[in-house]
Amino acid sequence: MTSPVLKPREDRRPPIIAPGHTFETVTDRISRVVLRKKTPRGWIVGFALSFALMMVLFYTIGALLIRGIGLWGINIPVGWGFAIVTFVWWIGIGHAGTLISAILLLLRQEWRTSINRFAEAMTLFAVACAGIYPVMHLGRPWLAYWLFPYPNTMGMWPNFRSPLIWDVFAVSTYLTVSLMFWYVGLIPDLATLRDRSDSRIGRTVYGMLAIGWRGSAKHWHRYETAYLLLAGLATPLVVSVHTIVSFDFAVSMLPGWHATIFPPYFVAGAIYSGFAMVMTLAIPIRRFYGLEDFITMRHLDNMARVMLATGLIVAYGYAMETFMAWYGGNPYEEFLILNRFTGPYRLQYWLLITCNVILPQVLWLKPIRMNVAALFIMSLVVNVGMWLERYIIVVVSLHRDFLPSSWGIYAGSVYDWSMLFGSMGLFLTLLFLFVRFLPMISIFEMRTLVPEAEVKEEPL
Amino acid sequence: MSGALDIEAIRRRLATGDGRRFWRSLEEAAGTPELAALLEQDFPRQVAAGLGVGRRQFLQLMGASLALAGLGACTRQPQQEIVPYAKAPEDGIVPGEPLFFATAMPLDTGVYGLLAESHMGRPTKLEGNPEHPASLGGTDVFAQASVLGLYDPDRSQVVRSAGEIRPWSAFFQTLHAAMQTQRTKDGVGIRILTETLTSTTLHDQIIAFNSELHSARWIEYEPINRDNALLGLQAAIGTDAAFYNRLEGADVIVAFDADLLGSGPNALRDTRAFSGRRRPGGRKPMSRLYVAEPMPTVTGAKADHRLAVRAGDVEAIARAVAAGVGAYGVTAAAAAGPHAQWVEAVVKDLTAKRNSTVVVAGPAQPPAVHALVALINDAVGNTNATVANVRPFAGGREQVAALGKLVEDIDAGKVDLLIIAESNPVLTAPVDFRFAERLQKVPLRIRLGLYEDETSRLCHWHLPAVHYLESWSDVRGIDGTTSIIQPLIAPLYDGKTVHELLAACMRKDESDRVPTSYEIVRDYWSRQRAGDSTAFWRRALHDGIVEGTTGAALRVDRDVEYLPKMAESIPLGDGLEITFRPDPAVYDGRFANNAWLQELPRPMTKLTWDNAACIAPVTAERLGLASGDVVELRLEGRAVRAPIWIVPGHAPEAVTVHLGYGREHGGRVAEGVGFNAYAIRSSTAPWIARGLQIHKTGEHHEFATTQHHHDMEGRDVVRGATIAEYQRDPKVIREQGEEAPGAGETLYPPVRYDGYAWGMAIDLNACTGCSACVIACQAENNIAVVGKDQVSRGREMHWIRVDRYFEGSADTPAIHHQPVPCMHCEDAPCEVVCPVNATTHSNEGLNQMVYNRCVGTRYCSNNCPYKVRRFNFYLYSDWSTESLKLQRNPDVTVRSRGVMEKCTYCVQRIQYAKIKAEEDDRTVRDGEITPACAQACPAEAIVFGNQNDPESRVAKLKAEPRNYGLLAELNTRPRTTYLAELRNPSPDLEKA
Repeated sequence: MTSPVLKPREDRRPPIIAPGHTFETVTDRISRVVLRKKTPRGWIVGFALSFALMMVLFYTIGALLIRGIGLWGINIPVGWGFAIVTFVWWIGIGHAGTLISAILLLLRQEWRTSINRFAEAMTLFAVACAGIYPVMHLGRPWLAYWLFPYPNTMGMWPNFRSPLIWDVFAVSTYLTVSLMFWYVGLIPDLATLRDRSDSRIGRTVYGMLAIGWRGSAKHWHRYETAYLLLAGLATPLVVSVHTIVSFDFAVSMLPGWHATIFPPYFVAGAIYSGFAMVMTLAIPIRRFYGLEDFITMRHLDNMARVMLATGLIVAYGYAMETFMAWYGGNPYEEFLILNRFTGPYRLQYWLLITCNVILPQVLWLKPIRMNVAALFIMSLVVNVGMWLERYIIVVVSLHRDFLPSSWGIYAGSVYDWSMLFGSMGLFLTLLFLFVRFLPMISIFEMRTLVPEAEVKEEPL
Repeated sequence: MSGALDIEAIRRRLATGDGRRFWRSLEEAAGTPELAALLEQDFPRQVAAGLGVGRRQFLQLMGASLALAGLGACTRQPQQEIVPYAKAPEDGIVPGEPLFFATAMPLDTGVYGLLAESHMGRPTKLEGNPEHPASLGGTDVFAQASVLGLYDPDRSQVVRSAGEIRPWSAFFQTLHAAMQTQRTKDGVGIRILTETLTSTTLHDQIIAFNSELHSARWIEYEPINRDNALLGLQAAIGTDAAFYNRLEGADVIVAFDADLLGSGPNALRDTRAFSGRRRPGGRKPMSRLYVAEPMPTVTGAKADHRLAVRAGDVEAIARAVAAGVGAYGVTAAAAAGPHAQWVEAVVKDLTAKRNSTVVVAGPAQPPAVHALVALINDAVGNTNATVANVRPFAGGREQVAALGKLVEDIDAGKVDLLIIAESNPVLTAPVDFRFAERLQKVPLRIRLGLYEDETSRLCHWHLPAVHYLESWSDVRGIDGTTSIIQPLIAPLYDGKTVHELLAACMRKDESDRVPTSYEIVRDYWSRQRAGDSTAFWRRALHDGIVEGTTGAALRVDRDVEYLPKMAESIPLGDGLEITFRPDPAVYDGRFANNAWLQELPRPMTKLTWDNAACIAPVTAERLGLASGDVVELRLEGRAVRAPIWIVPGHAPEAVTVHLGYGREHGGRVAEGVGFNAYAIRSSTAPWIARGLQIHKTGEHHEFATTQHHHDMEGRDVVRGATIAEYQRDPKVIREQGEEAPGAGETLYPPVRYDGYAWGMAIDLNACTGCSACVIACQAENNIAVVGKDQVSRGREMHWIRVDRYFEGSADTPAIHHQPVPCMHCEDAPCEVVCPVNATTHSNEGLNQMVYNRCVGTRYCSNNCPYKVRRFNFYLYSDWSTESLKLQRNPDVTVRSRGVMEKCTYCVQRIQYAKIKAEEDDRTVRDGEITPACAQACPAEAIVFGNQNDPESRVAKLKAEPRNYGLLAELNTRPRTTYLAELRNPSPDLEKA
């Protein structure tokens, strides 16, 4: 071999793909997960559990439709409870997918390649889970379509001043763009699966989904353009969706909600929880399917850094809320912060601070970032912390507002919890189906990372 | 079916005659088998009108009723003619047009003069009769809720004997046989037990009964009785008398454990008079109220100086005051101890304002205190100036002693026939009488009652009584004002009145017809008035008052010869004290099956669906008790388990329990709510007892309260000042809170309200917190009852709530009440956030709620700073119970599951008035629209009107310097505003 040896990478961090892989091995390793005949026992067990949990969700929804949302713990003054908390939580989780896919693509962060596919899938499923809540939390869910501006005989428009209407647009746009982005990204891989599948059904179904992809230069050219355009479209959504979700709160006049800091603080929180969720999913999956070569320590390290950074922004948000309560001199705001610190929900508040601010500081340490088990635990901690954050924002602000006479107390009922865990069942069920039937890592993009893909410049 | 032909035949027959004549012959017509069958089918006797009528039958019936139009259309109008209060429309009932009828409701020793609103023959709402001196247009919770009692599906509906449903004829047979036996013995074995007698006709019947059967005995018994006042006044003036006061003339009021402004028919007039003397800028100076009481009451909350003392210690304080003012025969002042300053201030005020003060004692206070009060009033010249002693109706009798005599007679085997009308002695009799056990020794026991309750269960015969809204009777108030009770609706069930029962007893021959109560009452009054009895009768029915009876109660004065005595002091022992009180919601237990009342937050405790052993914080601390701890209250060897509720401002070392709970029978709502305090109430200490022992059980009881937080947290929610501060500088009120932003300080384009601009002003100075507005709103606006479980989850539905705050120390706090309806903000936070435009603003400034459009996001409630919006978390409205449907106001939507609702300012009344005004081509006059809350308020604390009209009452009130908007600094621009509370403390006590 006279060809010059590849230059060693300059940084000493772990590689984004393990050495020794070729086009063939990459394609094989990833597509094998989908195309293997025998479904692994672990998958069946996991799917069964998730499916059972999903049934809990459907039971809950059925009960809510028949009997009413009184089954939940909500009341007056706490008109919103677990439903909105969990809605915001799921929407937040969804953010990582778009961020990884779109923004990191535009920023040419190559390491995103091995995690973007399932991060996008996770986004979709999270948004699907989130989407259930705004509908089911309505007193009359069968009239949810009234929130859409459609021509009707009543001659009624929705109220465009209401942040809930903005929400409808933001979330539905987000869902549409995420779905498109995910699907477009899948097309070349679907074609690969079509070509490699040895079952008739597989060839037919993947063939239809691949909508005639042949991998011609023209296809690739158009594909790249389309993908870049979609990335461009999706990028503002990363910021806009959670900004608008935060308007649900910020536009109101309730102390604890009425704050201009909400949009950036919500977006950072969303990315924070989104990365935590990607990590929560990636760590077991790479272990189970032996994909450590593709999702390397480099990825986990990077995600941990993003978590650390966004976690600090969130911590800054908490600090600012407290500072502004004092600096603003509004007695209701002041009371709100004191009530968070010392009121009936102080346990939840300090648990939130522990989960979201204190514990994540260990991520400064490289040994922790290199420890898979520690990262897994941290990702769970942040997921819990971010759920608690929304709980504190929604419930604690509502339960004691302006007039002490109308103060109340709130606790989730059995149906609140079954809806929360049931939605996780839906999420996991979709995820299990995804890893079984679609390539969870982008094959064609991974192929660009192997040394073979390096374009050699022949000396003239 | 053959019905159609029959209808035709009847129609033909009816078409030939005029309505009036056929009215009398309808019974004959009903005698024909066809019509009888049809009526049987369409109006089964035990079922409310129109129930279970299919479409076909309904149409047939409509056809028949058109033919019968001269007979009063297809409503359940009473058979006899009733006289509407306003001018009746010429052609009878106009659909959608309510009619008002004057009637009256008896309770205790008093009467509520009422106007009943009737929609198509169904009474739906009660208002105070403004012409009636005991009501003056106001009502209270009991009167407001009584309309629900009429339609209560748990009311007894049939005659029952030994568990079997029997016809009335079977009962009359038994009765006649028993009476025949008694006639031979001069009625020696007959006992008739009624509640406190206030019906003149019934009194007349009893006299007639006794004149025939001389040895029969009549007993009055109610657990809340006036025995103590009677005995005290007997001692002080030497004759039977009742106490009557006029607060209009009182510059200083001293209430010794007397809940003057609380609920009850006699409190309405006092509340109106009191609030009239509490407004700054009135002709007379503001009055000053001193209250000494154990458990805080609405009267105590209004007091300028409230002394939290045990009920048993009130006597010493009254004695000290009596000695201080030089009352006859009271010499040695008992050391007033820690209350010396209070006593000193009271004495100083009483002596300074001769002839223009009022001193009163409550029914729980022993006779000695009533005697002392009479002597004090004598000494400071109040007697016959601001207070009077009046002749009590029917002589006024000691009730507990009478009941004691009855049980003795039963033991002696002297009682053969016991007729119990309305009273529920098995529940309410003193426990040492062992009434349930004794009752069963009586050979024949007959009970006439609205419910099959504890007493009915132990009687041979239970007879369904009729509600006052479906019966003819009369009732006399404490000052003599007499009203004829006219029915608004034919009896829903097969009930009889006590008049009819007594008349049935007096029949000589079994075949004699039992006269109807209409005949009995009418006959009595035609005997009273010579001349044109029809004109008199119509006038009395129309006005709701029998002319010339107001103030007719004879004044009784002490014989000059008679030397006033003190009533004997009943020594109380040591130890913890317990006092028994009527409940602010269920009274003595008779309203226990009324869900509106059960769900009404009690004015002081804000508890619903419960009673409690109320104790002071300091006592709870000493005993190591917390609210909700279940304890056993042991008294004289008897015990009852009760949950503790800590009440700031309660006297230490004392427990207050409210009567009327722990019902075992008497309806699905009543049963199993609270504990039965009668179980430890004896005849020797019916009100106050010492030596109570409290034993912890370790159990915990969940209360359902509507207000969890009682401190204003330093926020300017209820603003107030003393009258002196306010007169010095009226700006004091405005300066208590943050300045509201000016008119232009908003990002929204300014909205002009050119026509009407509806607004409301609530005078916190007048409001006592009695909560009549809450029930009135519930009745007017078809507000659902949600039950204890839902209340404890914070889901009560009241559109107007009365907030209660404590201020200052937990032992002697100042107590404030604040009614909170929707503020109808001009910049309403709820409207902006509704995604479907279900809550919008009218061009008259109403914040409207469109139920049909609401999808139920609850965002509006979250964004409402006042939290006045209520959400139907479940299907709360009862859509299935037929009888309850009849109560509903047809002008207000019955809400369904999943929609938000809230105060509308009674928009249906606004629209009604606007339509009337448009018909007459004029604008709505001030005072023409009165929301239900304002109409019910006995204190006239709520004023509604057009604030664009500078001459309107509401505009004038809003122009007062003590007007402020709640949370106005949020720039919500509320249309409901408050007038700050002013107190008039004694300068001496204030300094201290």
